[in-house]
Amino acid sequence: MTALLAYTIFGLVTGGAYAVVAGGLVLTYSTSKVFNVGHGAIGMVMAFLYWELAENRGLPQWLALLLVVGVCAPLFGLLIERFIMRRLAGAPVGITLVAGVGVLVGLIGAAQAIWPPEARPVRPFLDQYGIHIGQSFVSGHDLVTLACAVLVAGGLYFLLNRTRTGLAMRACVDAPELAALYGTRPQRLSALSWAIGSSLAALGGILLTPVVQLDYVTMTLLVITAYTAALVGRLRSLPLTFVGALGLGLVQSYAVAYLPSSPFWISFRVAIPALLLFVVLLAMPQSPLRIGGVRGSRGVAVPSGLATGVGAALFLGVVVVLALLVDTVVAGQLALGLVFGIVLLSMVLLTGYGGVVSLGQFTFVGVGAVTVARLGGSPWTLVAGSLVAAAIGAVIALTALRVSGLYLALATLGFAQLMDKLVLQSPIAFGVRGSLQVPPLFSSSAAQLVLAASLFALVGAGVLAVRRGRLGRRMIAVKDSSAACATLGMNVRWIRVWVFSLSAAIAGLAGGLFAQLRETVAASDFQLFNNLPLLLFAVIAGVTSVSGAALGGLLLMLLPVLQSGFPAFAGAAVVLLGVAAAGLARDPNGLMSWFFRAWSWRRA
Amino acid sequence: MSTLQVQGVTVRFGEVTAVNDVTLSVDVGVTGLIGPNGAGKTTLFDVISGLRRPSSGRVLLDSTDITSRSPHQRSRLGVARTFQRLEVFGSLTVWENVVVALESRRRPSRLAGGLLERVGIAEFSSNQADTVPTGAARLLELARALATDPSLLLLDEPSSGLDRAETDAFGALLRELVGEGRAVVLVEHDMDLVMNYCDVVHVLNLGRLLTSGSPEEIRSHEGVREAYLG
Repeated sequence: MTALLAYTIFGLVTGGAYAVVAGGLVLTYSTSKVFNVGHGAIGMVMAFLYWELAENRGLPQWLALLLVVGVCAPLFGLLIERFIMRRLAGAPVGITLVAGVGVLVGLIGAAQAIWPPEARPVRPFLDQYGIHIGQSFVSGHDLVTLACAVLVAGGLYFLLNRTRTGLAMRACVDAPELAALYGTRPQRLSALSWAIGSSLAALGGILLTPVVQLDYVTMTLLVITAYTAALVGRLRSLPLTFVGALGLGLVQSYAVAYLPSSPFWISFRVAIPALLLFVVLLAMPQSPLRIGGVRGSRGVAVPSGLATGVGAALFLGVVVVLALLVDTVVAGQLALGLVFGIVLLSMVLLTGYGGVVSLGQFTFVGVGAVTVARLGGSPWTLVAGSLVAAAIGAVIALTALRVSGLYLALATLGFAQLMDKLVLQSPIAFGVRGSLQVPPLFSSSAAQLVLAASLFALVGAGVLAVRRGRLGRRMIAVKDSSAACATLGMNVRWIRVWVFSLSAAIAGLAGGLFAQLRETVAASDFQLFNNLPLLLFAVIAGVTSVSGAALGGLLLMLLPVLQSGFPAFAGAAVVLLGVAAAGLARDPNGLMSWFFRAWSWRRA
Repeated sequence: MSTLQVQGVTVRFGEVTAVNDVTLSVDVGVTGLIGPNGAGKTTLFDVISGLRRPSSGRVLLDSTDITSRSPHQRSRLGVARTFQRLEVFGSLTVWENVVVALESRRRPSRLAGGLLERVGIAEFSSNQADTVPTGAARLLELARALATDPSLLLLDEPSSGLDRAETDAFGALLRELVGEGRAVVLVEHDMDLVMNYCDVVHVLNLGRLLTSGSPEEIRSHEGVREAYLG
C-alpha cells in the first residue's frame, strides 16, 4: 500500500511534467496548425542552457529558470515562427513536418557542438525541503513540478477561455481568414503561441532533468510522450491532454514498480509511450476520406523505359570505371552511399510518389539487416530480409493507415521507437548492447561497389517502372484525392498497404546489403534517431526522383565522414542541414530538380 | 422498380441536422435535385456514394440495402459521382485521370480517348489536370465517372464554369446517357438546364424534402419560390 502510494505520487509528478510539455505542443498546434516535431528538442536545448546558467555559471536557480523560461525560450520560439514556420502556413503536412525535423536535427547538432557529451548533473529545486505523506517522501522538486503543472493548466485555461486573445486564438483554429476580418491578426497569435509553446517545452524539460538526465536524444524524444498525451485530446483538447499526460506518467511509474527487471522489461518501459501511442491510434475512429479542392504537385519528368535503360547502363559503366580507379576505402564508402541510396529509393516510392511521410524507414533497414545476419548472410538471405521487412511493413500499415497525414507520420515515429526498444534490442535480434557478425558477399571493395550499384540501378529502374505503370498512377491518384479514388471503385486502404509494404521491402533489401558490407551490425545502427537525417537528405536531394536518391545517399554517407574528420565543423553542418531542409521543404523535388532545370535551360 | 431508393435518411453534424428524414427514389432518366445553398444536396450525395454514413435511414440500390457498404463497393455496384469542390487527380494528366478510373474497374485503357472526346475535352488530354480550366476539370470528373460504366451517376453542379454552348452540349450528353439506360441525378443551380432536361425534380430546403414533381409542377409551386427568394 505504501509502495503503491509512493509510485502513484511519482507517476503524478512525472505526468505533471509531461502535461507541461504536451500543453505547449497542443497550444502551438491548435493555433498555428503546424505540429512542432522539434518541440522536445527545444526543451532539450533550453534545459542545457539552464544547466549552463545555473550549474556552470553559478546563477541562482530561480534566476536561471526565469531567464530561460521567461526570456530565452519565448524569444527562440518567436525566431522559429518568424523565419521558418510562418512561411509554411497552409502547406501540406509533409512539408511542415520536414521543416520541424530540420529544426530538430539542427538543434541537436547545435547542442552537441556547444555542450560536448559529458555528465551534467542538475540540482533539483528546493532539495532541502519536502513533505511526508504517510511513509512516502515527496521532495521539494516534486512539489515544484506539481505546482507548475497546476499553474500551467490554470494559466492555459484562463488564457483560452477568459481573455480576448484566447478567444481569438480559438477562432483562428477554425477560420484564420475569417478571424482576420474581425481584426485579429493570425500571425501575431501564431507567434504568441510559439513563444508560449517553447516556454512550456523549456519548463517541462528543466523539470524533467532530474528524472531523464540531460541528454540530447532522450529529451528530444519527449515529443513522442507529449504527442501521445496530446493525441488523447485529439491534439485539440487541453483538459484531455492533461489527463493523458498524467495517465502516461502513472503507467510508466507502475511499470517501474510492478514489471520484472529483466533487460527486456527495462527496454519495455522505455517503449511505453510509443506502445500507448499505438493503443490510442487503434482506439481512434478510421479517419474519413477527406474531400476538398484540387491538389497536385509537379514532379520531375519521368523518363521512358528506354531512357531508364540507357541511364542505368551509363551509371553502371561509370561505377565500374570508378571501382577500378579508386582505393579500397573510397570504394567501400561509395558502396555505402549507394546502399543509403537504395533506402532513399524506398522513400521516393512512399513519400515522393505516395505522399506518405514516414519517420520509421530506417527501422525496416534494421529488420533486413537482422534477417540477413541471423540467416548467415548468403545471397538469398538478402531476398529473405526484404520479404520479412515487407511483411512487417504490411502489418504496420494495417494498423497505422487507419489514420493519415500528420497522425500517420507520427505513428511511424512511434513505430520506430517501439521496434528499436522491443525488437531490435531484444535477444532475438541484436540484444541490448550486442552486435552480429555477417560474412560479406564479396571480399573486395570494388566488387561490393559494383554489387551495390547494380542493385541500385535495378531497384531504381523498378521504381520508375512502377511510376509509369498502373500501380504508380493509382498511388498518385490516392495521394491527390482518396475520396475520388474510393468512388471510382478503388480500395484505397489496400493500395496504401501495398505501397507501404513494397517500400519496406526495398528498405529491407538495403538493410541486408548494409549488413554484409559493414560485416558487424548493431541495434544502434538502426535507432530511431537515424531516421531523421534520412528524411532530411531525401528532401534536400529530391524525394521524387531516382537521381535524387543517389545524390541523397552519397550525402548521407559523407555526413559521418565529415563528423569524424572535422568534429568542430560537424555541428555546424548539421545545423545547416536542418536549415536547408526547412528552407527546401516547399519544393519536394529537391536539389536534383534544380540541376535538371539548369541543364534544360542551357540546352534551350 | 426504382434504381435508387433513399429511405428516411437523416444526417446530423453535432447540433446541426443537414439532411432531415429525406425519402426519395430515382429511376432511369434525369432527376434534378435543387434547393438553396445549405439545403443538404451535397451531403445527400455523400450519403448515396458512401463517403458519409447517415445518422439514420437506409440507401437501397436495385432493392439491395447498401447503407453499410464502402464507397468502392458501391462503385462496383454501379454508383459514380462528381464533386462540387473538384477532386481531379491534379498531379496526373487528364488522360491518366480517366485511365486510372478505367483500370480500377478492369476496363481497357484504350477507351480513355473516346471518353474524353465524348465529354468534349480531348484537346486537354496531355495537360496536367490541375492546370485545366474549371469547366474542363468538371467535364473531366464526368469522363472519369463514366469510365466506371455506372448505372447511377451523381453529378454535383456539373455546369458551373461552362459557357452557353458547352452547357447545351452537356445537356445533349445527358440525353444520350439516359438513352443508354443510366439514371442521372443532377444537383444544379442553372434552372434552364434543370427545367429543360430533367424528368423529375426534387426540391430540398433546410435538409427537408420540400416537394417532388415534374419541372412544370415545380415551377408553379409556391413553396419553392419562397425557399429560393426567402
